[in-house]
Amino acid sequence: MAGFLQQVVEGLGAGAIYASMALALVLIYQFTGIVNFAQGELAMFSTYIAWQCVAAGLPFWAALALTLVVSFAGGMLVERLIIRPVEGAPELTIVIVTVGLFIFVNAAAGWIWTFLIKDFPNPFPQGALQLGGISVGFSTVGVLGVVALVMVLLYLLFQHTRIGLGMRAVATNPSSARLVGIRVGWTLALGWGLAATVGAVSGVLIAPLLFLEPNMMGGVLIYAFAAATLGGFDSPAGAVVGGVIVGVAETLAGAYVGFIGSDLKIGVPLMIILGVLLLRPQGLFGRAVVERA
Amino acid sequence: MTGRADANPATRDAAPATAAAATGEAGATSVRLFGWDAARWRWVAAAALLAAALYAPFQLIPFHVFQLTMVLVYAVALLGLNLLVGHAGQISLGHGAFFAVGAYAAAILMERWDTPYPLTLPIAAAVAFVLGLVLGVPAMRLRGLYLALVTLAIAIFLVPLLKRFEEVTGGSMGLTLAKPAPPAWSGLAEDQWIYFLVLAVAVAAFLLAGSLLRSRVGRALHAVRDNEIAAEVMGVRLSFYKTLAFAWSAMFAGAAGCVYTWVIGFVSPDSFTVNLSITLLAGLVVGGLGTMAGPVLGALFVMFVPGISQEINDAAPGVIFGLLIIAVMYVAPTGLAGLAGRLIRKIPRKE
Repeated sequence: MAGFLQQVVEGLGAGAIYASMALALVLIYQFTGIVNFAQGELAMFSTYIAWQCVAAGLPFWAALALTLVVSFAGGMLVERLIIRPVEGAPELTIVIVTVGLFIFVNAAAGWIWTFLIKDFPNPFPQGALQLGGISVGFSTVGVLGVVALVMVLLYLLFQHTRIGLGMRAVATNPSSARLVGIRVGWTLALGWGLAATVGAVSGVLIAPLLFLEPNMMGGVLIYAFAAATLGGFDSPAGAVVGGVIVGVAETLAGAYVGFIGSDLKIGVPLMIILGVLLLRPQGLFGRAVVERA
Repeated sequence: MTGRADANPATRDAAPATAAAATGEAGATSVRLFGWDAARWRWVAAAALLAAALYAPFQLIPFHVFQLTMVLVYAVALLGLNLLVGHAGQISLGHGAFFAVGAYAAAILMERWDTPYPLTLPIAAAVAFVLGLVLGVPAMRLRGLYLALVTLAIAIFLVPLLKRFEEVTGGSMGLTLAKPAPPAWSGLAEDQWIYFLVLAVAVAAFLLAGSLLRSRVGRALHAVRDNEIAAEVMGVRLSFYKTLAFAWSAMFAGAAGCVYTWVIGFVSPDSFTVNLSITLLAGLVVGGLGTMAGPVLGALFVMFVPGISQEINDAAPGVIFGLLIIAVMYVAPTGLAGLAGRLIRKIPRKE
């Protein structure tokens, strides 16, 4: 039993990271109806910026703050420069553009920082809490704490600020929002900036667990997709729940299903995506969209 | 160009261009050089290209023959992807997986059962077709975005899966096979023989795809791509044609994978990472979605641009690919092939 709970705890740690990545995807989807295939690569790029700051001698938390600011600006810039021109284009076009962005950002990181693996500092102390036979690593506690903090901040932003109200208005109905005087274009850019920031947090959290290299986020992105699909692409809370479920399911499947083992774990999100799409396409918390011709 | 108001930049140029290819009517009214219409010029160009392709291996060093062979392999794979993305308007970020399935089917047939290599082609194509059909049934119930997700996940999942079933696939070490040997009567060197084999496959694939697109099936696919609701109203069964497009497209990719095994004589999981899938899509977008020349131009691009640009930096091919894809989607949704078509239409007409 203790072994099982231990696995669940490990899964929670991984799940929190998937949740934050899924949250970034969902933020963009809500505002622009786009699934951003480059989200993981943007997060990876942000992580490199953090690494560069630390390597230049900044203390970790200062580097993180700087990274988040740069990521926010970068996300807005991407929306303005790259996504804006294809706004309202068919899905095929937009998917291809974000895939282009994916390839470009991935290669650009390789160009600037080479494809060699880099060590990323772990901001949390070594060691673990002992809770009745289960050891919970400080880094797991830290990851859960940071992700929870991000959720709370986003909740406050959306529910209790004017900007958040405007953003919700744009997500619900862009044309009505424009009519009441909200600057829709800038709000969309703001959404992308926020998503890039949340993505950067997940990149920085996961980099000490994996190794920092340009292809770091490829697998994470699939887990995040699974999380967002499970929770519903239009539900931020769903993304969080989905992320946690995916993380726990992945860890348990890897530990207890002999056939899956550690190498086929990437099949778990694939199964989740397929299963959800066939049984409940809108996800656990999403709204079913009724299409009118 | 027909002055049609279409909100779809990916297909705005493609639809009339392919309509022209399909019927020869639109082309006939737009271009007329030396008394020949566009359809006839197209045949002349194809014949000239084929003649050059037949002559080339006798003039080139073996390495260049090998490169040309690989261009043909990629062209067949892109032809399949083009059926799905360019003609049916559905996206796949995982076509490398079907390519890999074809390659492994051929390799395993040759390795375990000593199947003669010509037999591996229909079997590999059939395996990929069936797999495409099986995956296509659930996948095609999905809207574009989810299809992209699922295909991407499949491409990522395939590599560890191939490594797992070591007894069959040879695991990470892969399988090494004998390349097809030229028969004595031909008097050809090995590289030339393989080149002609692949050329024959490629020509057959293009003829097959061409006739497919000219048939009612092709028109149904274009209808699905341009307006699903209108297509449905016209009596096109959406799920049937989408699934079929997926399966055919997988079949061409599988056939390309099979000839890849003939050419390289070696398969390993790391040759078929998700990068292959993304490179294929990138090549097709740059070459030209929904055009017949697109796969060929895209294949040339996929084969030569990385090699040339890698001399600047290891990451340069990715930077170039990424920027080009975005730029193409903005300014030339039908890629290089579309640009060429536009230039031809600029030529002053003799009436």
